[in-house]
Amino acid sequence: MTHSVEIKNLDLSFGAVDVLKNLNLSIGEGEFLVLLGSSGCGKSTLLNCIAGLLEATDGQIFIKGKNVTWAEPSERGIGMVFQSYALYPQMTVEGNLSFGLKNARMPKNEIASRVANAAEVLQIEPLLKRKPSALSGGQRQRVAIGRALVRDVDVFLFDEPLSNLDAKLRADLRVELKQLHARLGNTMIYVTHDQVEAMTLADRIAIMKDGLIQQLDSPSEIYSRPRNKYVADFIGSPSMNFFEGVLESGTFRAGDLSFAMDGYVYERDGFSGAASFGIRPEHIATGDAVAASAVQMDVPIKVVEPLGADTLALTDVAGTSFWVRMEGAANVKAGDSLRIGFDPARGSLFDAGDELRI
Amino acid sequence: MAVTDSGQVAKRPSRLFKNMAAKIATVPMVLIALVVFVGCTLWTIYHSFTRSRLLPAPEKWVGLDNYERLWSENRWLISIENLAIYGVCMLVVSLTVGFILAALLDRKIRFENTIRTIILYPFALSFVVTGLTWQWILNPQLGLQNVVREMGWTNFTFDPLNNPEIVIYGILIAGIWQGSGFVMVLLLAGMRGIDEDIWKASRVEGIPAWKTYIFIVIPMMRPVFVTAIVIIAAAIIKVYDLVVAQTSGGPGIASEVPAKYVIEKMFGAQNLGLGFAASTMMLVSVLVVLIPWAYLEFGGKKDG
Repeated sequence: MTHSVEIKNLDLSFGAVDVLKNLNLSIGEGEFLVLLGSSGCGKSTLLNCIAGLLEATDGQIFIKGKNVTWAEPSERGIGMVFQSYALYPQMTVEGNLSFGLKNARMPKNEIASRVANAAEVLQIEPLLKRKPSALSGGQRQRVAIGRALVRDVDVFLFDEPLSNLDAKLRADLRVELKQLHARLGNTMIYVTHDQVEAMTLADRIAIMKDGLIQQLDSPSEIYSRPRNKYVADFIGSPSMNFFEGVLESGTFRAGDLSFAMDGYVYERDGFSGAASFGIRPEHIATGDAVAASAVQMDVPIKVVEPLGADTLALTDVAGTSFWVRMEGAANVKAGDSLRIGFDPARGSLFDAGDELRI
Repeated sequence: MAVTDSGQVAKRPSRLFKNMAAKIATVPMVLIALVVFVGCTLWTIYHSFTRSRLLPAPEKWVGLDNYERLWSENRWLISIENLAIYGVCMLVVSLTVGFILAALLDRKIRFENTIRTIILYPFALSFVVTGLTWQWILNPQLGLQNVVREMGWTNFTFDPLNNPEIVIYGILIAGIWQGSGFVMVLLLAGMRGIDEDIWKASRVEGIPAWKTYIFIVIPMMRPVFVTAIVIIAAAIIKVYDLVVAQTSGGPGIASEVPAKYVIEKMFGAQNLGLGFAASTMMLVSVLVVLIPWAYLEFGGKKDG
């Protein structure tokens, strides 16, 4: 696989604060990579480094095999879309799309055809003569994407492009972005703090924390086999239920609770000692399915959150809060006792010391 | 809302008595605005058509006599010419200098606060102090000319305050020195309001910084520019103390300005009618500029 963007040993510090630490990342041709993390994890900083808006303290950045570490943003062959759209408010949509090209002294007919093409792809043709202030949030973001599109670049960078939109529009535009990627086939790097966006859009997700990539994998791998406890906790809503206990010769013990880890695929063989066991709320069986589960118990329900499609119940297992996801029609209420069951093989085990997957 | 027994329809309370306290509190301000601004303006205009010499002076109506005399007077014509030169130059130069300073300060430099304070400092001085300071600096025996001559260039001549041809530019220097810092602070505040992402977007598109300023940032800062222009314009029309402190209108009458003319006619020459005619002309000239602008700025809003 050829690499579209390659980052080698990238360091970035502001004074004494190290924001990115010896970061390595290779992004394939036509790949959709999502940088995911909570605020302050360095994901936007990394994107700005790739764009050339921030100067790296150390390390190298390659785009299409060319070393662009010290190149100006405009020379890197990138287009960028911002959270606040960053449209030029005094220009029409057409002016916004063409201003950069005019500045590059491109022939007029070439500009016109590129603008027309981008407008067609993004379905903003009727808006070309309008000013950004007369557009809705979704339309503005489309224009912003169009401004990257007309540059005819290899790599698209998105800095939380959907965060300013309302939930419904966000879901619509998310689908459109996915279709756009399928149609254009460009490399796209997308920064977000929204795990739904990350899971739905990405070919691969890089989960970042404190300037380090915690895990770089496909969405399904990140969901089912998180590499450390942070990733396990970060992905999923409500997040994974954890028990702190001890793993000894294939049996996990936490207080009164004890079960054998039969069928679990270990990352590290023969581990024994303090560990945490995590299982997702959606992997807990209720109702008739409990009978087939390896571990079964009765738990008191503290809170019920009906979401329509499914119902969440906050219960108490061995003194820790424990979320259970049930079908939407589940007829439960706070104070009830609920029979639940789960299969330990679907859970995840982490070393209590370094928090890595066992 | 009034609470009533059930079954009874509650009546909407009269709007007149809503927020009574707030209405009472605004009465003094409304009165002052009406009496001082509108009333006194009308009073002034009325008396500009009379032969009033002293206060209080209901005198004989003389029609446009005062205005005819005003416009035939050389001193008034020079005042107007000086104000025009001073006004245009002051507006253009202080906006340009203020904008460039603001743009330089906006580039995330070190010691920004210190530099900003130093540049804004002249604004804290009164016009009289500024005028006196620049009178010394521009004095041929004491100031700049003398310093340069002592350095060896004995033919160097720079004494605008003593040359009737260019004396108004000497005053202009002091005005710009005082006003630019203020313009800079206003514009800098406006620049800070511009989204960081706009700059990033223009960098990604390869648009040079000066082009970004001219085509994107300045149009976005329009409201700040309007504020700055209104404040500078008001200061230009009022210019008086700067001239008094620097030249007292001299040499001869070469650096007279309308505000000085008005004051001297009213309180020096005891010719209230003529002074009022001059101040009415100043008001008219302001309105001639202001009305079309206000019409363009606010009149079109009704459609969209």
